[in-house]
Amino acid sequence: MKQQFLEYEADQHHLKLISRGEWTLNFILLIEKELRKIPCDKKIVWDVSGVSEFDSAGILLFIEYFERFKKETSLEVMGYSDKQKEMYRLLRTSTQEIEVPRKRSTLERLGRNTFETYTDIKEFITFIGHLFYAIFHTFTNPKNIRFKEMVYHIHQSGFNAIIIIGLTSFLVGMVISYQGSVQLAKFGADIFIVDTVAISITRELGPMITAIVIAGRSGSAYTAEIGAMKITEEIAAMRTMGFDPYAFLVLPRVFALMIALPLLIFFADIVGIAGGMFAANMQLGISPALFIDRVYEVLEVKHYLLGMMKGPVFAFLIASIGCFRGFQVSHNTESIGLHTTQSVVNSIFLVIAFDAVFSVIFTELGL
Amino acid sequence: MKCMIKVENVVTRFGSRTIHDGVSLQINENEIYGILGESGSGKSVLMKEMIMLMEPCAGEVTVLGKPLKGISFKDAQALRSDWGVLFQFGALYSSLTIAENIEVQLKEFTNISKMMRDKLVQSKLALVGLEPYVGALYPSELSGGMVKRAALARALAMEPKLLFLDEPTSGLDPIGARNFDALIVELRDLLGITVVMITHDLDSIFSIVDRLAVLADKKVVAEGSLENVLQSQHPFVEEFFKNEYSKTHFQDKAVMNKGKDV
Repeated sequence: MKQQFLEYEADQHHLKLISRGEWTLNFILLIEKELRKIPCDKKIVWDVSGVSEFDSAGILLFIEYFERFKKETSLEVMGYSDKQKEMYRLLRTSTQEIEVPRKRSTLERLGRNTFETYTDIKEFITFIGHLFYAIFHTFTNPKNIRFKEMVYHIHQSGFNAIIIIGLTSFLVGMVISYQGSVQLAKFGADIFIVDTVAISITRELGPMITAIVIAGRSGSAYTAEIGAMKITEEIAAMRTMGFDPYAFLVLPRVFALMIALPLLIFFADIVGIAGGMFAANMQLGISPALFIDRVYEVLEVKHYLLGMMKGPVFAFLIASIGCFRGFQVSHNTESIGLHTTQSVVNSIFLVIAFDAVFSVIFTELGL
Repeated sequence: MKCMIKVENVVTRFGSRTIHDGVSLQINENEIYGILGESGSGKSVLMKEMIMLMEPCAGEVTVLGKPLKGISFKDAQALRSDWGVLFQFGALYSSLTIAENIEVQLKEFTNISKMMRDKLVQSKLALVGLEPYVGALYPSELSGGMVKRAALARALAMEPKLLFLDEPTSGLDPIGARNFDALIVELRDLLGITVVMITHDLDSIFSIVDRLAVLADKKVVAEGSLENVLQSQHPFVEEFFKNEYSKTHFQDKAVMNKGKDV
């Protein structure tokens, strides 16, 4: 059975609207179709006493057309019940408060993002300040150094990363050796593959590969761990108990990584050169004995030391950014993911940027 | 009566949004003080300002006679060991067992032997009504009520003079909530501590709170004993206390309370 929702009675000055039936969510579309057809040229008298059932959707529809009719012609409503009036009052105020979100222009978004980056940088500088204060404080009171946590983190981020670091640097060494040998063989300068591999691995690639893998592995873990603690208010609880989160959470991670990363780089150097040796043997037939002999000749200690020097710097960057992003996590789980991503992206970028800076400095210094 | 906490004309703003505009209140020794207000009225923020997690934009907060503005690190640390905080969701350290959670401050800040610490931990567990075996569990293995009790045990670990409770009965079943109320009163009487609690729980307000402050319109609109607060004409007080539910459920208690005060 088709319901009748609206009836009109028109005389020359008035249009009488009579609502009928169920003004509920299920029929809203049908009612609206009928309402749209109402002409607004005469004074409207709207009788709602015939409505058998209504819900908030029905009332909202009524409000919408009530406003529209009122704007275009004069309107009189009659026959409403107290309940309808109450609901009208309730919904009326709620509809008025709705503010349509403005669409942001490109310029505004650019401005907002720039400002966000600016605040991020400012916050990071504050964080670094706190961190150095905490470092200073622990060095003046060495008994405050938290060795147990430090050892735990060395194990977690250092020792447990050995396999992945080994695998990655072995492959990188092999790839360098393969690609290099093709080019060098053209000139008959086969033996120079040893120089290429040994120097590039110890000076640049070993530290960088290790730092990038650790940034992805431990930097993200630090952010997620601290972020989760922030959400569960554990950090606030620590503060109220007088435990400085920097001394308890940040420093052990920073120190642990600063110790672990150079060790991993040392390991990566060895495995990377071994990878190069393996490929050189396969591609150019340079025997391991010859390879190692040549390494002794060409690989000066300074190359190795310059590579190792970067270790603690990269470690400091990765750990401090990881912790910083963790502290930025706000009270929802989504922001953990967001900040973890940011942490990894930031630390990998900074590792590469700092590596470039080191390269320039070392070259300028003639090292 | 000794004043434990004094909040004077505190103003708090987040960006352009003003949360507190001249909030003042006073908490006396050995009372259970309730902070009440609709959501978003800045109850938790006010508490955070008392426990040095946030700083107000203006105004002064004095806790145990020490103004918090510009407090030295040493004084701040001393204060922190004088209070215990129970967070709304416990905030137990998830990587430590319950016993370790309770023990952690003792371990860091005192030289008490391991054996003594264990005994203290057990006594705290018993105090809040938890079985000894709970000490070995991790926070994730506990029920909501047990987490609250464990967190309370941790808050009591340093024998605080002040106890801050953030919605202690929220998320508990009605019976558990009443037991928790009884526990708080018992602890107050037993240990002589001062309790500051944020609460919406009418039962708690009518039965255990000695004095309370009502936050609304960015200010304290009513402060004092329940009777005083009930005399307030402020719309929020009217709505909160004088609705049908409170009338039917707490009429007798309100009368009883009046009788007690007189």
